[in-house]
Amino acid sequence: MEKVLQVKDLHVSFSTYGGEVKAVRGVSFDLHKGETLAIVGESGCGKSVTSQSIMRLIPEPPGKIRGGEIIFKNMDLIKLKEPELRKIRGANISMIFQDPMTALNPTITIGEQIMEGIIQHEKLTRAQAKRVAVEMLTLVGIPNPEIRLKQYPHQFSGGMRQRIVIAMALVCRPDVLIADEPTTALDVTIQAQILELFRDIQKKTGVSIILITHDLGVVAQVADRIAVMYAGRIVELGTRREIFYKPQHPYTKGLLQSVPRLDAEKGELVPIPGTPPDLFSPPVGCAFAARCPYAMEVCDRVYPFKTHLSEQHQVDCWLQDERAKKLVSSFK
Amino acid sequence: MKAYFFKRLIAMFITLWLIITGTFFLMHSVPGSPFNEERTTNEAIQKNLEAYYQLDKPLIVQYGNYLKALVKFDLGPSIKKSSQTVNDMLGRGFPVSFELGMYTLIVALISGLILGVVAALRHNGIIDYLAMSIAVLGISIPNFVMATVLIQQLAVNLPIFPVATWSSPQHMVLPILALATGPMAIIARLTRTSMLEVLTQDYIKTAKAKGLSPVKIVFKHALRNALLPVVTVLGSLAASILTGTFVIEKIFAIPGMGKYFVDSINNRDYPVIMGTTVFYSAILIFMLLLVDIAYGVLDPRIKLHKKEAK
Repeated sequence: MEKVLQVKDLHVSFSTYGGEVKAVRGVSFDLHKGETLAIVGESGCGKSVTSQSIMRLIPEPPGKIRGGEIIFKNMDLIKLKEPELRKIRGANISMIFQDPMTALNPTITIGEQIMEGIIQHEKLTRAQAKRVAVEMLTLVGIPNPEIRLKQYPHQFSGGMRQRIVIAMALVCRPDVLIADEPTTALDVTIQAQILELFRDIQKKTGVSIILITHDLGVVAQVADRIAVMYAGRIVELGTRREIFYKPQHPYTKGLLQSVPRLDAEKGELVPIPGTPPDLFSPPVGCAFAARCPYAMEVCDRVYPFKTHLSEQHQVDCWLQDERAKKLVSSFK
Repeated sequence: MKAYFFKRLIAMFITLWLIITGTFFLMHSVPGSPFNEERTTNEAIQKNLEAYYQLDKPLIVQYGNYLKALVKFDLGPSIKKSSQTVNDMLGRGFPVSFELGMYTLIVALISGLILGVVAALRHNGIIDYLAMSIAVLGISIPNFVMATVLIQQLAVNLPIFPVATWSSPQHMVLPILALATGPMAIIARLTRTSMLEVLTQDYIKTAKAKGLSPVKIVFKHALRNALLPVVTVLGSLAASILTGTFVIEKIFAIPGMGKYFVDSINNRDYPVIMGTTVFYSAILIFMLLLVDIAYGVLDPRIKLHKKEAK
């Protein structure tokens, strides 16, 4: 499978008055052509920081990419200078933000906001740019695009605005689309429509999507592969099927159990006890050990090695170690 | 839109009428009269004078007469300078004050915006601190101090500009500088604050994610949204600057209308007090209308009039 984007051992920190927050601590993943990779995890696990680092949009300072590589088209995005990054942003990699109510500039017509991206990156006249904008609005399902182009964001509903944001991101036919919680601010029926739109667009344009979310329902609908993040690291990565049906990391299991299910025997949800660790001084070992029901002594001391369970499925957990397996089976 | 302006016009007249009424009765409730002077005038002469200016009639009649004249844009004669009418005074003074005020506004607006934007873009950097130090100085130094310093440095010590009076462009430089520092500082601080807020908005991040250059982001996406608070203060600022300032005009011997405001009150020159107040209020109300129109232009969410029925 062709790799569009490779993230290797990414480290991102933020310096604050309280000290350095290590928000992302060694994240690695590949993004394949035409797939949707979902990054899931609870608030503050570093999923948004990871995605914004790919576009180099984290504010520096206070943010700082401490190490790693982000390989896109044989370039390391971390080493690129601002003017070169600007040529990639919006043209090759584009981004959709969480809240469509605030992601659009209230004082500029949506037509202008869609067109300025194309005009920036491609040598098009305004008339040509307008034609592309109309095409895009039609693609994302906005009726009467010619009239709508001249309107301002406040004249659209939330779902419509998210469609416009998506049109804006797709206007230069990017290779990678990063969607940071694209449905969180929308109500459920609109969520379904937007997810449907993502699938439709992917089919038509072949764009690779990184979907950042904490909503496992969304993930189940659109993701090909899922990366589960915890405390700045990817703890488990696999296909949708593998993550949903054969979760191996206790955190992934906990996450799946905390989702309401219609077919559950008990009416109660099972939350994961405790809170994520303080990233000012993250634990040396597995960050989940303190909340993990299966924690062993080794978990506090050494971070687990990556175990490859299948071609796609990998997990960072000591329970995968032969010795742990033996121990577990001896109890049975 | 027409209906909106009609409504606004009526509201403006009502406002103006309230100001006139308030000023008129307040002014007359202040003890003293135009003829109260150190040396006492003959009682008969005083009676005659009062009769001539109709000051012997009941207040309400005087008020009625004043309004009647005002409708014909007649602001009455000056009591102290008996050869002049208030219309003459304003007609001579206002163009000068307006010219000075206009240039001052332009200088203050441009320099204030530049300072504010640059400070916001270099937030907490040396340039920010420098710009804000200039702004704080500009706000805290009264303009008459600024004026005298400028005269001392740029007219006396280094004779680049003339010391005072009003004729050529060179004469204008110092009074404009002295008058502009205060408003510039206010505009700079406001612009900085509101730019800082706008720069943290999501749509700025969206613009960055599109790959736009910083120049485009600032001018197209940030500045317009940051201008609203600036426009708000600009209305009243413009009204007070355009109608002249007593101190600066006095220092530079500029024949503007600033002096009439102060002189008329000291002299209890009733028609001049009324004339200057009415004139200033009219300009202020007009500026506020301009501000409201500017809102609508800057931010499409602000509608001046109700949506026309479709």
